[in-house]
Amino acid sequence: MVSRIEVGFLPGVRDALGEKTRRRILHDLHLSVERVETIEVYTLEGNLTDDLLERVAAGPFSDPVIQRYAIDGSLADRFDWLIEVGFRPGVTDNVGRTATEAVQLLMEGTQKNGVKVYTSRQYLLTGILERGQVEEIASGLLANDLIQRFEIVDGRTWRPGKSIQPYVPRVVVADAPRTDYVDLPDDDARLQEISSRRVLALTVEEMRIIRNYLQDETVRRGRREAGLGEGITDVELECLAQTWSEHCKHKIFNSFITYEDERGNIRVIDSLFKSCVKGSTAAIREELGPEDWCLSVFVDNAGIIKFNEDYNLVFKVETHNSPSALDPYGGALTGIVGVNRDPFGAGKGAKLIFNTDVFCFASPFHEGPLPPRILHPRRIYEGVREGVEHGGNKSGIPTVNGCLVFDERFLGKPLVYCGTGGIMPARILGEPSHIKEVHPGDIVIMTGGRIGKDGIHGATFSSEELNENSPVTAVQIGDPITQKRMTDFLLVARDRGLYRAITDNGAGGLSSSVGEMASLSGGCEIDLKNAPLKYAGLHPWEILISEAQERMTLAVYPEKIEAFQALAIKMGVEATVLGRFTDSGKFHVRYGGQTVAFLDMEFLHEGLPQMKLKARWTPPINPEPDFPEPSNLGQALKDLLGRLNICSKEAIVRQYDHEVQGGSVVKPLVGIAEDGPGDAAVLRPLLESFEGIVVSNGICPRYSDIDTYAMAACAIDEAVRNAVAVGAPLSRMAGLDNFCWCDPVESEKTPDGQYKLAQLVRANEALYEYTRIYGVPCISGKDSMKNDYMIGGTKISIPPTLLFSVIARMEDVRKAVTMDAKKPGDLVYVLGETRRELGGSEWYALNGFVGNGVPRVDARRARSRYEALSRAMDAGLIASCHDCADGGLGIALAETAFAGGFGMAVDLSRVPSSGIDRNDELLFSESQSRFVVTVAPAAREAFEAIMADSETACIGCITGDRTFVVTGLQGAAIMEEDLASLKEAWQQTLRDL
Amino acid sequence: MLQRVRSMVITGNGTNCEWEMAHACRLAGSDEVDIVHISELLSGEKRLDDYHFLNLPGGFVDGDDLGSAKANANRLLHVRVRGTEERLYDSLLRFIGEGKLILGVCNGFQLMVKLGLLPGFDGGYGTQTVTLTYNDSGKFEDRWVYLKPDAASPCVFTLGLDGVYLPVRHGEGKLVPGDKAVLKRLHDQNQVVFQYCDESFQEPEMTYPRNPNGSTDAIAGICNETGRLFGLMPHPEAYLHATNHPRWTRETLPEEGQGLQIFRNAVTFIRREF
Repeated sequence: MVSRIEVGFLPGVRDALGEKTRRRILHDLHLSVERVETIEVYTLEGNLTDDLLERVAAGPFSDPVIQRYAIDGSLADRFDWLIEVGFRPGVTDNVGRTATEAVQLLMEGTQKNGVKVYTSRQYLLTGILERGQVEEIASGLLANDLIQRFEIVDGRTWRPGKSIQPYVPRVVVADAPRTDYVDLPDDDARLQEISSRRVLALTVEEMRIIRNYLQDETVRRGRREAGLGEGITDVELECLAQTWSEHCKHKIFNSFITYEDERGNIRVIDSLFKSCVKGSTAAIREELGPEDWCLSVFVDNAGIIKFNEDYNLVFKVETHNSPSALDPYGGALTGIVGVNRDPFGAGKGAKLIFNTDVFCFASPFHEGPLPPRILHPRRIYEGVREGVEHGGNKSGIPTVNGCLVFDERFLGKPLVYCGTGGIMPARILGEPSHIKEVHPGDIVIMTGGRIGKDGIHGATFSSEELNENSPVTAVQIGDPITQKRMTDFLLVARDRGLYRAITDNGAGGLSSSVGEMASLSGGCEIDLKNAPLKYAGLHPWEILISEAQERMTLAVYPEKIEAFQALAIKMGVEATVLGRFTDSGKFHVRYGGQTVAFLDMEFLHEGLPQMKLKARWTPPINPEPDFPEPSNLGQALKDLLGRLNICSKEAIVRQYDHEVQGGSVVKPLVGIAEDGPGDAAVLRPLLESFEGIVVSNGICPRYSDIDTYAMAACAIDEAVRNAVAVGAPLSRMAGLDNFCWCDPVESEKTPDGQYKLAQLVRANEALYEYTRIYGVPCISGKDSMKNDYMIGGTKISIPPTLLFSVIARMEDVRKAVTMDAKKPGDLVYVLGETRRELGGSEWYALNGFVGNGVPRVDARRARSRYEALSRAMDAGLIASCHDCADGGLGIALAETAFAGGFGMAVDLSRVPSSGIDRNDELLFSESQSRFVVTVAPAAREAFEAIMADSETACIGCITGDRTFVVTGLQGAAIMEEDLASLKEAWQQTLRDL
Repeated sequence: MLQRVRSMVITGNGTNCEWEMAHACRLAGSDEVDIVHISELLSGEKRLDDYHFLNLPGGFVDGDDLGSAKANANRLLHVRVRGTEERLYDSLLRFIGEGKLILGVCNGFQLMVKLGLLPGFDGGYGTQTVTLTYNDSGKFEDRWVYLKPDAASPCVFTLGLDGVYLPVRHGEGKLVPGDKAVLKRLHDQNQVVFQYCDESFQEPEMTYPRNPNGSTDAIAGICNETGRLFGLMPHPEAYLHATNHPRWTRETLPEEGQGLQIFRNAVTFIRREF
């Protein structure tokens, strides 16, 4: 039986969602609609009496003060157009899940098991619109065709009282679950065809390796004894494809590279990951010796470092780019709740204490045609923003820091970086918490959500460019509440010592989570028929690789399995025994007792040969800019302040809870009106202590147009500099590297692969160099190598992008410094030398140039400056400190002034600089490692003494009026701007989005 | 005078401010503070009867999926404690009947309103007369707000309090009364404990962003007629130390945050009355 309950607002009650939708129709689609009303629709399936429907509608489904409802009838009365949007079958419906539980609570006995509620939403539009325009509103704004369906009703055909036919998006699976054998022929073309058709993303060479493995006599005998027939099963093939995917295996980062520089010199690199990323960390740890505070690096889901004697910190940043391109909301939501599970599944599991997000988009004001399958950047912006809002806020994790980067090339794929930090006791029941062990005999448990067809081929799909065959099934929608229930439960189980090890189910699903844990014991035996499913009919291979969210895999002590399961039941979380870990050397999978996969652990994890690649560096030569210094530099400053990469992000920041958990110290918005741009977050993870954590990010993809070596150096410097600016010492700072690249493997699709790989090599070499000199070890990282779009003749590749994220320990948060000017009379200092480094700058971009003089980082001088500044902060000598980055000194000075609410008068001729004779270049050069600092007059002497060995100059002072006055190099006033107009220029760009 | 003040902070299914709320109770002098998962109440392991001060913290219980706190209200009203005929709601009514204190913040306030515990005219708990609904902006927002208390309110939590500055972090915080009579009675009986106001704490503010959600008469928090049940949208547990204040690096502030006094008043009251 199917029923429909509609819930709408009583007349006269404001419909905030309807109003917001009306504004977005106007803003995004430039269509004027008089009014939008919304109606929530619940479609109920099951044996429900009229009395029960009435109690459900009047109880949990509606609010008697402001809402009304209709059962099996319609609330819609007068409208011009009606659009109803619901989910397609199998798509995660979080509200439907909660509604189902709410109905079940009102029922007794076993009938409740047959109940299922699906949700949809009606939009009633009033206004003069053509059907085509209504279709545009439905498909271009309200519904994403991949996951949702919609229905349009013309108001002229509607009579009140009429009802809409209920639609039940039930998953109907026709086939019985089965396992097929796949024949791997001796024919390369057919091997390639099998790989493409099944979205395996395996190369012909990799397919051949699998075929050869199966021909080995020992392997054949073992498989026969396990009950397998000839050929490989689809379960095995899919499992190998996931495990061997670029996404999981990082084949390019581990490849053997022959690099040729611009002078023809050749050198070889045996794995960028080992030599550059891990290499630097190993060297730093060795130098630290007994003082080493790194605990677990590169081996677990997240990096683990010491916080103090009693606690450890855990940090990880991930990307979720490809799914966010197809479904921005679901992709980003899955991105944030997915990365939450990384620190949660590191060591014995950490409590999650902060999120940090960085998004790279094309301009939301993009005009012009969009290539097929590409959503408008504004829709991506809003969808990603909302997905991360729901994922972060509903999980109760503060979003403490982040940034937005804009470039037209992110049209092909947006970058959605989501990061999460956690804290865990250093020891749990006496055992070190950062060590992960699995013993033979431990029980394999899957807990949390159920398995559906969602997220199938996520790992392999993101190992390819976005193309016309990119599968819809790769899209998932996260469920933060199911995950919160699970994490609440697992933290209790952890503290009671009920499990030995934990890991996340992310990319590759069970094949990766069980596979990786099994490598710690030496094998496993699981039966997929035990796995709880969202709906019947999944094939064993689908169960194994589904990336359905909110699941963790655990190794539970056999003697504690009952206690573990009893706790799960009590706390309302599903926990299922899938099998046990062994030391058989085999990845052994059954379905209902029948073996469906029997692979050697060694082959699964080590069977892939190292890729061999070529890289060749030719420095690009861009036209040298030739525009004159503008006569109105005040206007130039305002134009820069309003640029997407510089302007205020307050509208987005406010929608993220940045202070839940109670430890917020430096918030993302600071200053007199609480709207200035904070450089980094400071928080207290333990409320009874003043020890703190600093979190910051650095990212500057524009510099990749000149040299990725400089790009990486600048990203690292920016992250470190931001952390230093609020009070973090270099000595307790760790980093995470997140590379997002365009495909760097030379092929027919990528003729410039050698150049792109050379860009990757150079970025890694910078990473090695700068992290070593700063003494900031990378503790974990990630790479996403196929950020291209290719359909038809159109190819869009992202600019190579490194996000460098920093986590640091601060001894006493009460010494933290913010960027806003504090008092009239305070002295304004510039720290660091300004050089003619405008290549890739915002100023050049505003004038239509890239240029060539990219900023170069002098790490040794920067390091001594950072250390001196930290000493000055420790001594309490700094009133404000602001990082100098995009848009240069002009922007940093203006922001310091308007965030503080005070005027400023500075003289450019006093700025430490070399090679610059133009005011615009001095104001807007993006030389690195610089700060704008204000100091109270009384602290002047002590401050200057500490900074004596660094390029430091007092260039002016904070004033009591509200003007921003700049004296130029020639001694004349070049700018006198009202603070309010500068702030307005900075705030207006994204305010209404 | 009571020897040991016992406070409970309920969590589970999406609650997320339980740690700082428990910390506030401890700082306020509560002798025992337990963070209790709702499953421990439903299994009968923990009993509300053993406590004096119930804290309903903020969060997104059930994801706000059917409207904030709706599904949780349904749970408390209908699920029975294991092995008994008693619902959690029954033990809540008993707790209230004994004159004990309940503080609901944000999602906890939404729950109290939707269970009909607030404003609870004539002790008629169970009938919902006001609601908390979507902010006029249609957005979730995190921002600090100025709050003006009603000095004549019977609320035991705000005794002696002047204006306070606290953060709101919600998408559904607009208070809407069922009708004008309800609103009038709220004012007449001084049950409007806090109103959003200007920075001098003088005048209630109806304009955004000082009134962050468009709340009727700028109402930010209300109590019942005895003043022992109190709910508010802003988060007092988010301002326990000076460093929580968004302008602490530029203003001279007392080390103790303004939110703490609300908890201290509760503990002092319990110690005196029980």
